[in-house]
Amino acid sequence: MEHHSCFHCGLDTKDSEIIFDGKSFCCNGCKTVYEIFSANDLTCYYDLQQAPGATPKDIEGKYNFLENPKIIEQLLEFNDGNTQIVTLYIPHIHCSSCIWILENLNKIHPSVSVSIVNFGKKNVRITYNAELLSLKDLVILLNSIGYEPFISLDDYSTGKKHIDRSLIYKLGIAGFAFGNVMFLSFPEYFDLFTNKTGINEFWLEQYKPLFRWLMFAFSVPVVFYSSQEYFISAFKGLRSKILNIDVPIALGISVLFIRSTFEIIFNHGSGFFDSLTGLVFFLLLGRFFQQKTYTFLSFERDYKSYFPIGITKIISDGTEESIQVYDIEKGDRLLIRNEELIPVDCILIKGNARIDYSFVTGESKTVIKNSGDKLFAGGKQLDGSIEVDVLKSVEQSYLTQLWSNDVFKTDKEKTFTSITNNISQYFTVVVLSIAFITTAYWLLVDSSKALNVFTSILIIACPCAFALSAPFTFGNILRILGKKKFYLKNASVIEQLAKINTIIFDKTGTITANKDTQIEYEGVALSTEEEAILKSTLRGSNHPLSRSLYNILDEHDILTLDSYEEYLGEGISGQYKQSHIKVGSAPFVGRATDTATLNTSVHISSNNAYKGKFTFYNAYRKGLSQLFNQLKKHYDLAILSGDNEGEKENLTKLLPAKTKLLFNQKPEDKLEYIKYHQSEGAHVLMVGDGLNDAGALAQSNVGIAISENVNVFSPACDAILDASKFDQLYQFIKLSKTSLKIIKWSFALSFIYNVVGLYFAVTGQLAPVVAAILMPLSSISIVSFTTLATNVAGRKLK
Amino acid sequence: MSVIYILLTISIIVAVIFFIAFILAVKNGQYDDSYTPSVRMLFEDELVKEKPNKSIQTKQD
Repeated sequence: MEHHSCFHCGLDTKDSEIIFDGKSFCCNGCKTVYEIFSANDLTCYYDLQQAPGATPKDIEGKYNFLENPKIIEQLLEFNDGNTQIVTLYIPHIHCSSCIWILENLNKIHPSVSVSIVNFGKKNVRITYNAELLSLKDLVILLNSIGYEPFISLDDYSTGKKHIDRSLIYKLGIAGFAFGNVMFLSFPEYFDLFTNKTGINEFWLEQYKPLFRWLMFAFSVPVVFYSSQEYFISAFKGLRSKILNIDVPIALGISVLFIRSTFEIIFNHGSGFFDSLTGLVFFLLLGRFFQQKTYTFLSFERDYKSYFPIGITKIISDGTEESIQVYDIEKGDRLLIRNEELIPVDCILIKGNARIDYSFVTGESKTVIKNSGDKLFAGGKQLDGSIEVDVLKSVEQSYLTQLWSNDVFKTDKEKTFTSITNNISQYFTVVVLSIAFITTAYWLLVDSSKALNVFTSILIIACPCAFALSAPFTFGNILRILGKKKFYLKNASVIEQLAKINTIIFDKTGTITANKDTQIEYEGVALSTEEEAILKSTLRGSNHPLSRSLYNILDEHDILTLDSYEEYLGEGISGQYKQSHIKVGSAPFVGRATDTATLNTSVHISSNNAYKGKFTFYNAYRKGLSQLFNQLKKHYDLAILSGDNEGEKENLTKLLPAKTKLLFNQKPEDKLEYIKYHQSEGAHVLMVGDGLNDAGALAQSNVGIAISENVNVFSPACDAILDASKFDQLYQFIKLSKTSLKIIKWSFALSFIYNVVGLYFAVTGQLAPVVAAILMPLSSISIVSFTTLATNVAGRKLK
Repeated sequence: MSVIYILLTISIIVAVIFFIAFILAVKNGQYDDSYTPSVRMLFEDELVKEKPNKSIQTKQD
């Protein structure tokens, strides 16, 4: 049998295949995990899904901070000294095998008593015996089977999370009451149709009060519990002098309840309890539908979600100690291990620093630093351990300072009037004036009917269908976009998106793709032999530029070099027989530093003769020019980049002439730029990706984060767009505009129902049964209209 | 005729029992995660029939 992929993780095994137990593995790590599973009779793991695993990482010392009892206490959900419960976030959870293996942890270690996976949230809740297994050991155990938990500063500050389930309770109660009230009101409806002689059926006459009071009893919790939010919101609206949609709803609910109660007390009729409970039920259903949440995404992340909790401090006598990140003080000496995040601004003292700032800038190319250089918070160390001296505490570091800006404290949703509330202002005024005019009329004609008519108008005008249009339209659009990998935070984002007139893009990582760079060669052509030596030389180097260059060169036989040397921060050299090759920076190959080009370049010399250079250009996402050309007709476009102007020429060639290009923008500059445009009346859409865009994303009307892997990383924003769908952005904006049109149409539709209802109400003939038919009919037809229309509109998306 | 009282009482009691069951289910977090249980449910059968070595062989073919 021929194997090409690792039995455990599915990676290609051609480089270093390890055969064990008749299966091939890509590395020792994967083999070890398989050994653990087979020793514990857990190989069923591989049956559920093919190659489900991940290679365990080397975490020597990384979790030492879990020995600190103060940190442990903050992470635990429950602790009585003996039994401890902890919920850990594990990004690797992705298939049914993951659920199975994590829920069978007790077979690997008997001290684990229960482990429950929440697949949507990608976390596992583990109950274990702390005397036999410490939290640190548990984390190491999870890592050893390829499920490394992700513990960030976020876990530390939020503590135990409270889950809000009140909407489900409210919906459940309203639905329960609605069903029962409907049953109880049926006898009287049948009576209405069967008997036209005026003599009521005897038994019904006798039990009428019982049925009516039961309906009353069912309605009480609906009015006082389920519809609570409508009263609160209406009250808040009135206090800030805004007639929002909840004002007529609250008015309708209270009039329905009060009038119905009086009717049954004075035995005038059966009341409108069925309409009342139905109304609240449908309204809450709309709210529930709109509340589509993506549990696997987070729109609220700030730097805390990425920063570690604990860090190793080196005390003057050379011993190491784990301390909390918040306890770091200026002047402390810290040890940053391989793959660890630098939490504060600091100066490199010892070791080789190769820093990945992709969290911060979106730039995936790593930066080499030498001792004495300043390192900024947010970078990830990639080459072994380094020692650093702290310059600033966590909150005062260059990156984290951004979060002290006021933008992060204002809630965007609240500062914005939705289309529904906009229209309801007029609606409420019109309804109230109709009510008062007709009441005045009836007072003159037949005063006994006046109160009846007044309340009927308020009941029938209760904008149920109105209030349902937006939630159902937006809820459905949210789902359609979600399927196309465009994830919105909430429904109001759709409305905001439709109003955009300015679009601002970040450069690195947003319009450029992270993974591939374009490399161009300038200079004397290399001979085949030289190219072969070059490729063999590059093979030995781990530097990211060498790796990218190695990948683009044509296949050659691998030559065994006679000598190979790496000069840190300068370049590499290789010797094969008589030929000598040098690859690296300009001074390294014996040329003056070239200041004309700002792009990264690698210079080559062969046998001390300069040959040429490879220049690295950013590779732009596919469909970029096309997207910009579509957008330029309708929007002002701008690009704000934190980088230098090296790409300016390239960009002007690619993009429409009108596009503004700004370089060397600091995070605060981006924020201020957007603020300035907003003060001039622009509605700004910001598209960004790194933590350095966080301020701009928060300040803009809509902030979209582009993400190559939606499960891993994105700063706080209003929407997350999968990078592969970047070229569809214009279609998404168009769909949001269509959805507003759909809402306007359904407003028109519900207005027709209101007019019909008002006819009955104004003429004083609104019977409970008419309300009970009209109300659900209008709601259901609105819901089906919006669902149908949005699905048709959504079909146009690719 | 007063049988209606008994019927109403019974029907309401039944309704309330289901209602309480619903509230308890929400309270116990059954509505928090609507995906994992659907997967977990299928595992029990796998465990009963578990024959690790044989099943791995079939997977590889």
